[in-house]
Amino acid sequence: MSEVIVVTSGKGGVGKTTTSANVGTGLAKAGKKVCLIDTDIGLRNLDVVMGLENRIVYNLVDVVEGSCRVKQALIRDKRNPGLYLMPSAQTRDKSAVTPGQMVKVIDHLKEQFDYIILDCPAGIEQGFQNAIAGADRALVVTTPEVSAIRDADRIIGLLEANGFQKMDLIINRLRMDMVRRGDMMSSSDVVDILAVPLIGIIPDDENVVISTNQGEPLVGTGTPAGMAYQNVCQRVLGREVPFLNLEKTISFWTRVSGIFHKV
Amino acid sequence: MRFFFRKKSSREVAKDRLKILLISDRVNCSPEMMELIKTDIAKVISKYMKIDTGNMDIQIGKMGNQGKRGMRNPVLSASIPILDLNKNV
Repeated sequence: MSEVIVVTSGKGGVGKTTTSANVGTGLAKAGKKVCLIDTDIGLRNLDVVMGLENRIVYNLVDVVEGSCRVKQALIRDKRNPGLYLMPSAQTRDKSAVTPGQMVKVIDHLKEQFDYIILDCPAGIEQGFQNAIAGADRALVVTTPEVSAIRDADRIIGLLEANGFQKMDLIINRLRMDMVRRGDMMSSSDVVDILAVPLIGIIPDDENVVISTNQGEPLVGTGTPAGMAYQNVCQRVLGREVPFLNLEKTISFWTRVSGIFHKV
Repeated sequence: MRFFFRKKSSREVAKDRLKILLISDRVNCSPEMMELIKTDIAKVISKYMKIDTGNMDIQIGKMGNQGKRGMRNPVLSASIPILDLNKNV
């Protein structure tokens, strides 16, 4: 039985693409066959985050229009057996694909993959409708900021209206030092407000930028974000994993400067 | 310095702002519509008693029963000052 997961957020720049790349890679490392689909037509990014931008020949729009077979558009990630990417088109716009066409492509891919992960564009227009059309589960990404949470709430409402039963929340870029100072909403504050089950807390980590620079997802590495994404993957697979103790990842100097901030 | 002034933390401010914001987002109710509801309520109540329409206030808040997603359902509450209970005096 394959599972189709859409990674969405409403607001842009909160970490949808990073999350898609890391969850997809993590599931592949766990031995699953995974297909990542970039549904952001016109603004594709998942290919660069995955480091596969030089290997694109065909894309999602080519598949939908019948200019190539589904298999031809799939890029195999050589570093992770079982991981494939279907890139989006850069020179077209969202109207090049309809929700019905997405469902057809996904149905075809379901036969070969355990997990299909859809990286959703920001916004609630057609790109969003395309991305959620074939999905049966959603990961809603937000940061602990007012604007991102507001948009996440809107997205959750829209997912509910579209009959989604399985929705989980990922809180990205949490800074424990700021939470402790009372200058950032904590994960439980966000869960209280959005009332959706929590599946992951990703600490704010500069290693994410480094991994994007290199085009290598950091899931499974010893970095704070890498470990947090690893746990998200385990939970997606249905395993119960305790949440990371983020206190430990705060450096001594952050603590010291925290004390001075209070005074 | 915060220690001395006991200012509300920005985390609390964010939480409070979001709670109020999301209530109106979820209800999807514009201020114009609230105004229309207000005049309609005033019209109906005025049939039975004399009220102070200038000082009446209606708003949507929380406090309802447990709804979807575990959130409390929003509640429309109106406070209408009554000038005279018997209209026909």
